[in-house]
Amino acid sequence: MIDTDIGQVIRARGLRKDYGKDDGLVRAVDEFDLDVALGEMLAIMGPSGCGKSTLLHLLGGLDRPSGGQVWLGGQRLDTIGERALARMRRRSVGFVFQAFHLMDELTATENVELPALLAGSSQRAARRRATELLERVGLADRAGFMPSALSGGQRQRVAVARALSNEPLVVMADEPTGNLDTTATLEVLRLFDALHDAGQTFVIVTHDSRIAATADRMISMRDGAFVDETRLTGGTTGSLAALVGLES
Amino acid sequence: MRQEVVLAMLAKVPSHGYELRARLGEALGPLGDAMNAGQIYVTLGRLEKAGLVTCERTPGLPDRPERKVYGLTPAGQQRVSDWLIEVSWPKPDLAEFHLKLIAAAAAKLADPVAIVDTQRRELLRRLRDVQRAAMAEPDNSDAALLLEGVVLRLQADLHWLEACEQNWTIRKRKP
Repeated sequence: MIDTDIGQVIRARGLRKDYGKDDGLVRAVDEFDLDVALGEMLAIMGPSGCGKSTLLHLLGGLDRPSGGQVWLGGQRLDTIGERALARMRRRSVGFVFQAFHLMDELTATENVELPALLAGSSQRAARRRATELLERVGLADRAGFMPSALSGGQRQRVAVARALSNEPLVVMADEPTGNLDTTATLEVLRLFDALHDAGQTFVIVTHDSRIAATADRMISMRDGAFVDETRLTGGTTGSLAALVGLES
Repeated sequence: MRQEVVLAMLAKVPSHGYELRARLGEALGPLGDAMNAGQIYVTLGRLEKAGLVTCERTPGLPDRPERKVYGLTPAGQQRVSDWLIEVSWPKPDLAEFHLKLIAAAAAKLADPVAIVDTQRRELLRRLRDVQRAAMAEPDNSDAALLLEGVVLRLQADLHWLEACEQNWTIRKRKP
């Protein structure tokens, strides 16, 4: 099932999503081509309403394209049935959303173990995995807390732990820092960075240039279409001090 | 760095040059790495000559060769007070870049959108460097707060460049 070319996590060709028809036709995603390599952190930027969230939904199998092709881990997503698609989503994608989407009546641990339980893990295995993941995101001491007792940054870290539950091929995040202040944003960026260093693949949709600046590659989108691409790895700009006028 | 900064850092207690440097280093974190020790001593020398700072020689210890302790004179204290209530702010020179785009487009010397794009990449690289430095700082460090200021300014500049890019893209489409 998995492509022989395992270096490729996501591939999209001529991907399209239309809403409405005739005069009211809106092309939310317009003939989009994309390749995401294993271990890459890709940021997709663009103004509100440019179609970047829709694109993410198509890539993650949350929504069906109107045209074009999309592969996830070598598996064609646009042609498979609903049940197979749901299984792909559960196994291969970890989603992180702006509003966290945690279950308010469950503790941090219970939230994190949910995906493993849904995928058929035993209670014990799911609990062990959740404990491990909360430790990984630095929240072992908050495991028994309800989301309402956690700060925004901590809630998002719980959501990230949950996204990692089934060891996804890719973590897809939609404005993950959109609801966070500067300190909490730093918390989440540090976590993403550590996971990325450990080899996790990310596709992040955002209009926060701080995230884009820490990604390997940034794609700009406007009116549903690709605008340009910037590789940010390598190449230093010299002294930090010069940026605050400390250099004479 | 302005003389007043060095002066104000001495206001709490008279200090050795190396204490002063350590205090500045802590406040600036990675942004202070390029700080030149010699530069601080030159500044201290000038402040002394101007009568704003006194320099007392303390009996030297074998393990501490530096013997000069710097403190504020009354005139120095007055200068610090004046500096604290002074309202000054660095002004970003956006007009230069703006005019560069206008001139490039008018004379058809270069594509303004391409110029904006190149500039945007450069700012993103800077943002990346500063963001990395901020991520490496412990929470609530003094330097982290300064780095946040740099991040926010770069973000503001990036927003403006986005507006420039949109605007010049639209202009390009028109005959």
